[in-house]
Amino acid sequence: MEQVVELRDAVVVLGSFPALAGATLSVERGQIVLLEGPNGAGKTTLLRLCAGLVALARGEGKVLGCDLAADRHAVRTRVGLLGHDNGLYADLTVAQNVRFWGHTIGASDIEIGAALERMGLAGRLAGLAVGKCSAGQRRRTALACLVARRAELWLLDEPHAGLDAAGRDELDAVLREAASAGATVLVASHEHERAAALADRVVRVEAGQIVETEPDEPACDRDGSTSSGEQEPDVVDRETDADAASNTIFAAISDAESDGRSQPRPEPRSPGS
Amino acid sequence: MLKIARLVALKDLRIEARSRVLLNQVLPFALIVLVLFAFAIDNVGVVNQQGSNQAITTYVAPGLVWLATMFSLLIVVQRAFAIESGDGALDALRVAGVDPAGIFLGKAAAIAAQLVGLEIVLSLGAIIFYDAHLRLGGVVLLVTTLIVATFGLAAVGTLYGGLTAGAKGRETLLPLLLLPVVAPVLLGATRASEAAFGTGGMAVTEGWPWVGLLAVFAAAFIAVGAVAFGPLLDD
Repeated sequence: MEQVVELRDAVVVLGSFPALAGATLSVERGQIVLLEGPNGAGKTTLLRLCAGLVALARGEGKVLGCDLAADRHAVRTRVGLLGHDNGLYADLTVAQNVRFWGHTIGASDIEIGAALERMGLAGRLAGLAVGKCSAGQRRRTALACLVARRAELWLLDEPHAGLDAAGRDELDAVLREAASAGATVLVASHEHERAAALADRVVRVEAGQIVETEPDEPACDRDGSTSSGEQEPDVVDRETDADAASNTIFAAISDAESDGRSQPRPEPRSPGS
Repeated sequence: MLKIARLVALKDLRIEARSRVLLNQVLPFALIVLVLFAFAIDNVGVVNQQGSNQAITTYVAPGLVWLATMFSLLIVVQRAFAIESGDGALDALRVAGVDPAGIFLGKAAAIAAQLVGLEIVLSLGAIIFYDAHLRLGGVVLLVTTLIVATFGLAAVGTLYGGLTAGAKGRETLLPLLLLPVVAPVLLGATRASEAAFGTGGMAVTEGWPWVGLLAVFAAAFIAVGAVAFGPLLDD
C-alpha cells in the first residue's frame, strides 16, 4: 500500500519550543486517521508539517512523495488544510469564496458548483456574505473550498467545531467519500466518539511524540489510562522514548539558536505535560 | 503567475467594492490631510521663478497631494493585509501552493487601482481648494506621474505589508519601515507634479527626468517584490 505520510523522528521547533519532538508516523493512502491528545500536544503542528507550512528541524519526512526537508513547498498544491481559522474573506459571499479558492487550483465552475451543492450551500446561502454567516455556515463554506480543491491529503484541525448535528453528519459523509475516492484524511479532534467512529486508525499525540493506538481497542484504553489510574506499560515506554528523543530535540534547538533565534533553553518536557 | 495575479486583484477589488473602506474612510481621511496641512501654512505669497507672486498653498499643493497619498497608502496597505490575516486566509494561500509572485502582483495591482482613484480626487482637490492651475501640456505629464509613481508605491507597500503581516505591532511597524523607503517617490512625484502644474514657473519638460526616476524605482521594487514575497510570507 502506498505511504502518503512518512515521518521518522520528526522534530519541529517553533522559536525555541520543540512542538514536535521526534514524531514517527506512517499513513497509507485512503486511510482516515484520528489524531487525539491534550491541548499543546503537537497535533496542529503535525498537520502544519504535513502541509509544508513549518520546517522540519531534524528527522525525516515525506508527504505524497515530497521530501519535507528538501522542498516542503512542493507538497502544498496537493494537500488541503482546514485549521482553527476558516481562511475565508468576510466581505465576499459564500459562492465567491469557494470560487476564488477553487480557481486558484484550476477547478472548473461545474466542480465548484458541485462542492457548494455537496456542502448544502447552493441556493440562497451561496449569495450571503461570509461575515453574515453563522459559525457553522462558515465552517461548511471552508469545507466546500476543500472539496473544490480536490486535495489528495486532507488535514483537518477540529473540523466538527461550530457545526450542528446535521453538518457533522454531512462532514463525516464527505470525509468517507473522499477516503473511498483515494484521498487520505488526518483529523485532529477532541470529539473522540464521533471522530473515532469515522477513523480507520487512532493515533495519540503527547508531548510532541506519537503513540499509536490499535483501532479495535476500547475508547477508554486509547488514552493510555485505566480506570484504576495505574500507569500502563506503554506509558513507561513513552517516557523512555521521550528521554531518548530529548537529545535530538535540543540539538535542533541549538541549531535554531545558532541561527540567531536565541531563546532561554526550556526544560525537557515529560510525556503528558 | 498572471492568472493568480488577476484572481487576487479581482478578489481584493471585489472586497473593496463591498466594504467601501476606500470610499467611506480612506478618501475622507486623505481630503482631511490635504486641508489640514494647508491650515498649518500661512497663506502668504511667494515670488516664483518668473517674478510673479503666487499663494504659498498653490505653491505647495503638489506636495500636499503626495503627502496625503503617502499617509493613505499606509491605511490601504494595512487594510489589504488585514483581510488576509483576519481568518487565516494568508495561511490558506500559502498552503494552496499559490505562486507568491502572483499574490504579490495581484495585491500590488489592487492597491495601485485604489491609489490611482484616490490621487485623481486629491489632484482635483488641489485644483479646487488651492487654485493650482493644470496646463494643457501638463496633463500628460501629470497622468504619467500618477501612474508610474502609483506602481512604485503599490509595489513597496505590498512588499512591506507582506513583511509586517505576521509581525507583532504591525500597525506601528509598517509606517516606520515604509515611509523612509517611499521618500524618493515623494520627492520625484512632487517635482514632476510641480512641473505639470507649473508651480514656481517650472516648465513641463523639467518634470520628465523625475518620471524616469519614478519608473526605475517602480521597476526595481516590482522585480524585488516578485522574487522576495514568497520567502517573506514563509518567514
